[in-house]
Amino acid sequence: MRDVAIIGVGVTKFGELWDKSFRNLISEAGAKAIIDSGISGKEIDALYVGSMSAGRFVGQEHVGALVADCSGFSHMHIPSIRVESACASGGLAVRQGYFSVASGMNDVVVVGGVEKMTDVIGSEATDTLATGLDQEWEAFFGATLPGIYAMIATKHMHDYGTTREQLAQVAVKNHANGALNPYAQFKRPISIESVLNAPFAAYPLGMLDCSPVSDGAATVILCAAEKAKDYTSKPVKIIGSGQASDTLALHGRKDICTFESTVHAANMAYKHAKIEPKNIDVAEVHDCFTIAEILAIEDLGFVKKGDGGKAIESKITTLDGEKPVNTSGGLKAKGHPVGATGVAQIAEIVMQLRGDADQRQVKDANIGLAHNVGASGASSVVHILEAI
Amino acid sequence: MADGAVPRFWREIPQRYNLIGNQCGACDRIYFPPRESCPYCRRKSMGNMKEIKLGSKGKVVTYTIIYVAPEPFEGQAPYPIAIIELDEGPRVTAQIVDCELEDVKIGMRVQSTFRKIQEDGYIGAIHYGYKFKPLEVKG
Repeated sequence: MRDVAIIGVGVTKFGELWDKSFRNLISEAGAKAIIDSGISGKEIDALYVGSMSAGRFVGQEHVGALVADCSGFSHMHIPSIRVESACASGGLAVRQGYFSVASGMNDVVVVGGVEKMTDVIGSEATDTLATGLDQEWEAFFGATLPGIYAMIATKHMHDYGTTREQLAQVAVKNHANGALNPYAQFKRPISIESVLNAPFAAYPLGMLDCSPVSDGAATVILCAAEKAKDYTSKPVKIIGSGQASDTLALHGRKDICTFESTVHAANMAYKHAKIEPKNIDVAEVHDCFTIAEILAIEDLGFVKKGDGGKAIESKITTLDGEKPVNTSGGLKAKGHPVGATGVAQIAEIVMQLRGDADQRQVKDANIGLAHNVGASGASSVVHILEAI
Repeated sequence: MADGAVPRFWREIPQRYNLIGNQCGACDRIYFPPRESCPYCRRKSMGNMKEIKLGSKGKVVTYTIIYVAPEPFEGQAPYPIAIIELDEGPRVTAQIVDCELEDVKIGMRVQSTFRKIQEDGYIGAIHYGYKFKPLEVKG
């Protein structure tokens, strides 16, 4: 296996983008990444696209071919592959693209992620997100995705004394970061009180504990590391990649408060990169709900199991803390177009490691981690990147 | 989740109406819903999985109260959903009924009850299954 570098990134604005279609979004992110990378376009060996549910959100399957077509590559007949792992589709698309370059089969690949979620009404979006749950044994009985995460929160509060205020502080921190990100859906800081006073989605999670329904796309260009300097002066190397699975239903797991898929994916990535959690300078983690960020920093090994709430309270994970988490605003404030999220996380880490993150730049960031979760933790993907 | 052909719901009736699970003949582990084979014993369990009717009692492992409900459940919101550990070991996700919202607690004893779960619009099939209610203490 050979080394792989990221030579370009492109993201669209995230939000309720009523004037942009699925095709507009992925083409825009792709074009931005190609321009950023310095490739002409002729070098591209393959396309990978993460999309959770184009079929339900925009009534369109055959997404691989569609993206090749709308991005202007159909006449070149470039192979194009759609990747799906619920909300981890984007992260998994990066991992598939990584394999194809690391194996030597391809030299340059484009990995995009996209979701257009606001062409359906809110309840249809909620139902579609719930397809990442166990349809027969969770959703059939009236469980929703926020409801499943809410059950994790209830248990975490019961077992470890985590408070609703600590959960709220995740949202407050991520909205503060989002306010510094020009691509974020929400660019307004919020207070703990507004999070606590918001109507419940699923007790104990209020509406401001939840990431929004969003449109958006992100793209990264992967290249064999030995050729990366031909295109860019600031390549970023993928030094670790991990992926793991778990039971589809939350009730199938021994420990409700641990995503074993994250633990295993992270261990795989740390071992691959030959580093430990303490070596991570900046991280983008999957905060689809506030409780999810608390779980993530525990399962990734940043803090001990059960200490996540206290860690948020002691501000370890703020922009100027010792372990900045979700500098982009995270899914919570940047937005969560599900298929795009995993790729956008990688794009944010690349910007941080290149020193291109402007107002939200973490000082001396050399090693970064991206963590992408499928629905309620039945799949996780972790990548570790390093500035070359 | 609603709209669709009936077989999808019909084939799960034994499990959803009567909590029918199965047990591995090699290691005695109990599964709900039933599995084709035991993930731990694999080929030793093939053809050796025995149907078993689970009891109705269990306890709440964790819970939530759903305020923003999927369309078929909108009329029921807010309603509690819990993970229940049956006394035989398997865990299920189900609604808690016949009590106040604030009465639902981690560790509370519950028993299954046969109820309507959702319906497929006004003219479609009505789907039944298990919900759980506080355990009635007799005597």
